[in-house]
Order: sequence, then structure tokens, then C-alpha cells
Amino acid sequence: MRKVVAPPGFKGYKPYGFRQYRGQPIELLYEEYEAIKLADYDLMNHLEASRLMGVSRATFARVYESARRKIAKALVETREIISVYGNAQLDKSWSLCNACHARFTIPPKLTTKQCPICKSTQIQSITNENNHIIHG
Amino acid sequence: MKTIISSTGNNAASPFDLRFGRAGWFCLLDEETGQTSYFKNEYQDTGHGAGIRAAEKAIELGATKVISGDFGPKAKELLDKFNIQMVILTDDTRTIHDIVHKIRN
Repeated sequence: MRKVVAPPGFKGYKPYGFRQYRGQPIELLYEEYEAIKLADYDLMNHLEASRLMGVSRATFARVYESARRKIAKALVETREIISVYGNAQLDKSWSLCNACHARFTIPPKLTTKQCPICKSTQIQSITNENNHIIHG
Repeated sequence: MKTIISSTGNNAASPFDLRFGRAGWFCLLDEETGQTSYFKNEYQDTGHGAGIRAAEKAIELGATKVISGDFGPKAKELLDKFNIQMVILTDDTRTIHDIVHKIRN
């Protein structure tokens, strides 16, 4: 299991303006998205990133390489990218408000289980809604 | 209860800043009275460690909640340790006034 802090904020990417549409969509796993985010967006080195995801450096390198190849393949072969759950374990400290879509942590000392922004009680742990992003 | 909101400017009309460590300003809100004060982020352009500096600032100001667009792993670890609630909003079109209004109503 690889820890993922936040799932990707998209269900997928589609090419547009293409001449020829080819094949099945590429399935980008949550942990692959996370590897790209940590290494190329947060600019962490592989060791830091692997620690954050709770995997060895070698495993991180493998996940990262797989992610890059998939994205390259999608670009070159004008394929769609869809984000799928994979072997990710979402960082369970985050909750989601279904009313205003704020994401937040609930520190242990806090007893009120409500959204810190809109006070809605329609909240859920991100880990319990694995399919939320995919099937919306 | 004191709340920190990352802000691009030093007044209520300023747009919310999605960045935490590299936010321009921090708005400190007293949720009971609605009073706000603004603190310039001295580490906005620092080479590294901006997130952890911002987390330290939040602790120093006695905040129990921090609202921003994202939290890096180091800032999150420190805020978790101090039992400070983190809130992620991804809509950058809101102003500080909009967020304060929503929290207090």
C-alpha cells in the first residue's frame, strides 16, 4: 500500500483537436499521480517522496517511472487518461464536507464532527469514499 | 477560537491565497468576535522551509485552525503535532471576507 495524501482532483483527461483517436484510455493509478506530484510538482527528491508514501526508494522509483511512461504513452498515442484507485491508501486524516467540498483534518482534541467552514454535519472521511472521484 | 487564513493581501477584500507557506499574508480571525488582523509572511520568498515557517507562525499566534489551499508534508506534520485543524479550500475566487462570512454564519 502506498500512502496518498489527496486523490487526484480529476476523473480523467481527454485530448482534443486530434486527428485520430486511438485505443483504450490509459489508467493512471492514484499512487502514480501522487509520485508525479511529489517528484515533479512538489520537487521532492525520491528519498523524501518515498518516505512520505511509505514505500522504499526503489518502489517509489518504479511507481514514478510507470507514471511517466503512462503519461508519455497517453500524449503520443492521443489517448485519454483516467484516474483509478490502484494500491493507494489515502492519508486517513482528511475528511470531506459534502455540502461545501472543503477538506479538513479533525484533530483528536476536537469533539465536534462538523465542517469547519459551513458547519454542515454532512462530512465523511476521504478513505471511505474511494469511488467518489472516479464515479462522481 | 483563532483561525489563520492564507491571504494575498492585508485586508478583507483580498483574494484567498491557495498557497500556505508562500502566501503573501496571514489573516488571523477571532471566530467569536469576528475581529481580523493581518500579518505579512516574511518567508514568502525563502528558498525552502516556507511551509514549516508558516506553521510555526500559526502556532505562535495561537491558532487552532488554519485555512489554505494545500499543506506540504512538513507543515502538516507540525500542525498535526500541535492539534491544529487544517482546512483545504480549492476555490481561489473567494476573498477573505467571503470565507470569514461563511465561517461566522
